[in-house]
Amino acid sequence: MNAVETRGLAVGWGRHRVLDGLDVALPRGASLALVGTNGSGKSTLLRTIAGLLPPMAGTVSVLGGAPGAQPARVAYLGQFHPQGFVLPLRTRDVVAMGRYPARRLWGRLGRDDRRLVGEAMDRMRITSLARRPLRDLSGGQQQRVYLAQALAWRADLVLLDEPAAGLDVAAVELLARAVDEEVARGAAVVVATHDMRDALAADFAMLLAGRVVAYGPSADAVTDANIRLTFGLAGSDAVPDVALEIDPHHGHHDHPHSH
Amino acid sequence: MTDLVVPFLDSPFMQRALVAGCLVAIVAAAIGTFVVLRGLSFIGDALAHGVLPGVASAMILGLPSLLGAAAGAAVMVAGVSLVTRRSRLSGDTAIGLLFAGMLALGVVVISRSGSFSGDLTRILFGDVLGVSWGDIRLQGAVATVVVGLTAVCVRPFMLLSVDPDGAEAMGFSASRYHALMLALIAVTVVLSFQSVGTMLVFGMIVAPAASAALVVHRIGSMIALAGVLGCLSVWWGLAASYRYDLAAGASIVLVQVLVFFVILVATMLPRRRVAPR
Repeated sequence: MNAVETRGLAVGWGRHRVLDGLDVALPRGASLALVGTNGSGKSTLLRTIAGLLPPMAGTVSVLGGAPGAQPARVAYLGQFHPQGFVLPLRTRDVVAMGRYPARRLWGRLGRDDRRLVGEAMDRMRITSLARRPLRDLSGGQQQRVYLAQALAWRADLVLLDEPAAGLDVAAVELLARAVDEEVARGAAVVVATHDMRDALAADFAMLLAGRVVAYGPSADAVTDANIRLTFGLAGSDAVPDVALEIDPHHGHHDHPHSH
Repeated sequence: MTDLVVPFLDSPFMQRALVAGCLVAIVAAAIGTFVVLRGLSFIGDALAHGVLPGVASAMILGLPSLLGAAAGAAVMVAGVSLVTRRSRLSGDTAIGLLFAGMLALGVVVISRSGSFSGDLTRILFGDVLGVSWGDIRLQGAVATVVVGLTAVCVRPFMLLSVDPDGAEAMGFSASRYHALMLALIAVTVVLSFQSVGTMLVFGMIVAPAASAALVVHRIGSMIALAGVLGCLSVWWGLAASYRYDLAAGASIVLVQVLVFFVILVATMLPRRRVAPR
């Protein structure tokens, strides 16, 4: 049974169809990178798999059930986090929220839960921040906290929407290792990204530009021609830039653009 | 110091006011914490004013004012969700519209009754000194239910404050718990308006929670501190109103808002650096 399986899936919101005719089959213990520019539909697809948006057409099966039916087994890390200027939460409390899907409304967080929370914080190297209020942390540190929350979930399917946003180089390494570990323990991981290196590191890649440009084992899907189509870049000299792109939010001015 | 204690020793109405006020303060702390964290102040305030025409109509029809208040709150919630869903206007426009409309309707209804200004003042500013033990028993029962429900739903309420999508992904229906939270705010307003009135009830809900948010780093501590600050304000406010012959409900809310600004200024003072260990 595949972790994610879609047939003729169309995703979007309101009356706006973003992607159409998606046939995804992601086995357990494998990773899939959704690659595309802003607005290419990768977040919309991720949110549909998470059960936050209804499919507009076609079918989606998530771990053999409907999307959103098994919250304890599907971890989701969205792209937008609150600025948290008043939220009186400590780092540890935020990570521990990753255990709520398993413990539901009222179940006590026991020793196993505390162990998973501790491990997740170790994996993102935030153990020393455990007692610090979330609002005192930098954006990148907060992103590590939310990643640890997703890891503490210990889900069978992990959905990460641009998880590397704001992370420093060391944290990007931690993230890559964490994804490998999740896959190694049998979970399926879907990562939305615009970093081509993530796409090459994943087992499968789906390149999106309002439509599916390419989909398959990443070695087959990630080609120079497909990258050019995905990012709408005409000049061939732009391709090496994209392939090396680390973080387009911060890294743009480092690129030697020739206008 | 005696001014803080003596008024309560030999005046039964002051004792009842203290008990009723503290009950409201405790409920307000629990629900106010999430109102502050989620930024629901405006709709909460609107709810408080939406209660006015309900109470006024109930008084004229000779029905229990609590019933009218509940009906007013329900109309307000329904109206806001109707306008936000059926038009392209934003939530705060809808709230502002209904806010003014309900307030005007309340005044219009009251102006039809004989004793216009007396009734209006009592509804707008409450009558905490006129609370009976029967009122207190009812308030106590409702307060227990509100605090109990809040305790049960503390996880989804926390998740909603952080990120509604995250709550949904974790299996807690964001819309359902949002509706429940609005209902609890409405019940708190209805419960409290007798003591401090519809104009001031929202100060009771927001001020202690906002004060607590300035100093603590955990939600549980925030609720607890808000409760303590709320009860202290009720005590001091009542004592001040007795000593200086001031309006009781307004004195309580004034103390709460003063406490907020005192804490705010205190947190703005430069902190002494703690020497590294």
